[in-house]
Amino acid sequence: MTTSPDTLETLRELGSYIASALPNDVLDTAVSGGELAVRVHRASIVKVLTHLRDDSNCQFDQLIDICGVDYPDAEERFEIVYHLLSMKQNQRLRVKLTADEDTPVPSVCAVFPCANWLEREVWDMYGVFFSDHPDLRRILTDYGFDGHPLRKDFPLTGYVEVRYDEERKRVIYEPVKLTQDFRNFDFLSPWEGLRAALPGDEKATGAKP
Amino acid sequence: MSTTADVEIENYTVNFGPQHPAAHGVLRLVLEMDGEVIDRVDPHIGLLHRGTEKLIEYKTYLQAVPYFDRLDYVSPMNQEQAFAIAVERLLGIEPPPRAKYIRMLFCELTRILNHIMNIASYAMDVGAMTPFLWTFEEREKLMEFYDAVCGARMHAAYVRPGGVSLDMPAGLPERIRAWAEKFPKVIDDLEGLLTENRIFKQRVVDIGRVSAAEAIAWGFTGPNLRASGVPWDLRKAQPYDGYDEIDFDIAIGKNGDCYDRYLVRVEEMRQSIRIIMQCLEKMPTGPVRVNDRKIMSPPRAEMKSSMEALIHHFKLYTEGYKVPAGEVYAAVEAPKGEFGVYIVSDGTNRPYRCRIRAPGFIHLQGMDFMLRGHMLPDVPAVLGSIDIVFGEVDR
Repeated sequence: MTTSPDTLETLRELGSYIASALPNDVLDTAVSGGELAVRVHRASIVKVLTHLRDDSNCQFDQLIDICGVDYPDAEERFEIVYHLLSMKQNQRLRVKLTADEDTPVPSVCAVFPCANWLEREVWDMYGVFFSDHPDLRRILTDYGFDGHPLRKDFPLTGYVEVRYDEERKRVIYEPVKLTQDFRNFDFLSPWEGLRAALPGDEKATGAKP
Repeated sequence: MSTTADVEIENYTVNFGPQHPAAHGVLRLVLEMDGEVIDRVDPHIGLLHRGTEKLIEYKTYLQAVPYFDRLDYVSPMNQEQAFAIAVERLLGIEPPPRAKYIRMLFCELTRILNHIMNIASYAMDVGAMTPFLWTFEEREKLMEFYDAVCGARMHAAYVRPGGVSLDMPAGLPERIRAWAEKFPKVIDDLEGLLTENRIFKQRVVDIGRVSAAEAIAWGFTGPNLRASGVPWDLRKAQPYDGYDEIDFDIAIGKNGDCYDRYLVRVEEMRQSIRIIMQCLEKMPTGPVRVNDRKIMSPPRAEMKSSMEALIHHFKLYTEGYKVPAGEVYAAVEAPKGEFGVYIVSDGTNRPYRCRIRAPGFIHLQGMDFMLRGHMLPDVPAVLGSIDIVFGEVDR
């Protein structure tokens, strides 16, 4: 799907409008792949979303999604991504901020009530804490689950498995036992990735030894 | 000394599910009751959580497709379509016109598949047995079309990034047309059983009313939003595949109660038939897969004689294709609402992050405000009317 130049121009205008309306809160705006993304300060998220919802040029009245992305090598490893939709402008917007394990993100439940479960899911999956959340419990994982499964350092198989124990007449938890190790193939081909000079390469360029 | 008037009657909690026939799968609701009136609803979900998002991070883009069938397992192809569109946008490719029309055709068949399932099970939850039996016959016919086109009745893995896996077999368009001509009669019969049925209306009219403002604030999409009177349909507003070339109307409700949600779905089925007929009418000829051997495998016949084709096939089904780094959010109008896929690619053959925005998850959250002040027997009515399938809620 290609995006027409007009649409891109509208998105750029919207981006610069948002950046000028909230100069102290917006870090930068970018249009890529026909979508507008705005990076904001973590502390300003409530202010930014309230503005985006109420401003007559934005009218992003629906919060579509909140999700986390984990970049273990980054300074603040988690990126929280908010997807907004404006039905009146027929426009979508992505708002991003960063966080780590210890820094709480202000909850936006007061702005969009549907943020409640979405933030609970991010807490469950990534362990990002949301301050002022009315009811921050785990949502998708088991009662008494330990760890945050969507973090990149959480193994795909998990740590425990459950089975019904005939002797004890109840379901028990055991450490995961694999009959075969999980095979993770490295498809980043060494032949395409090799950039270093190999011994003997100088012969091809004609340099006399 | 205390008299009877001083005795405090505490609210008590009722546990609903996780194995309850009206829970449409595995839902545990903890209901705080004040007598027979509901004070608070606390859905406990996640009993069907399979970690789809985590699994997809360890699979190539092609291997990720079948996971989408298993999310909302009554409308598989719409979800594959969302994933396919997301990957296509990252790759910068566009499927050929015939592929787009086949996708639209099957996505509308899937919409009917979903809506008859929902209406019938919803009617059964509030006491009507017959629609369930009648519509399952139609579901069977629709699954035969699925079977004809991809060899599977439910988990199709048919819509793939770059087109669809195979062209339709000869004679299938005629069979679909013959079915689509008869289907409006089935909708009429179904409506004859339910729409003016006094018992049905007593159970659903004015139950679970949602105003337009509430529906928007709580993130409702799809039929649940339209039943509250908001004419918003992604097929019209942000057309994907070929929906901008198709003529159809958006069904909207007025009161936003359970009855309107039912009526919107009935009307959507009629519109789907219109779309199906137009798709069959306008179906272009030509290829159904992009002609790029680095993304979609060569035809089977070519592999018998061409070494290069064989290598392409081998590489595609082991390593897969590399997708340029970037991020994309693609949304489609799935039968249940806006189904979105947010992919973060780091330029390798596997998604770095694949977030699935499931409409059911957001709708189930609305149970709490919809049910406050209602009676216990209204729980299955509201639950049925918002069209919940746990495959996608729990992911």
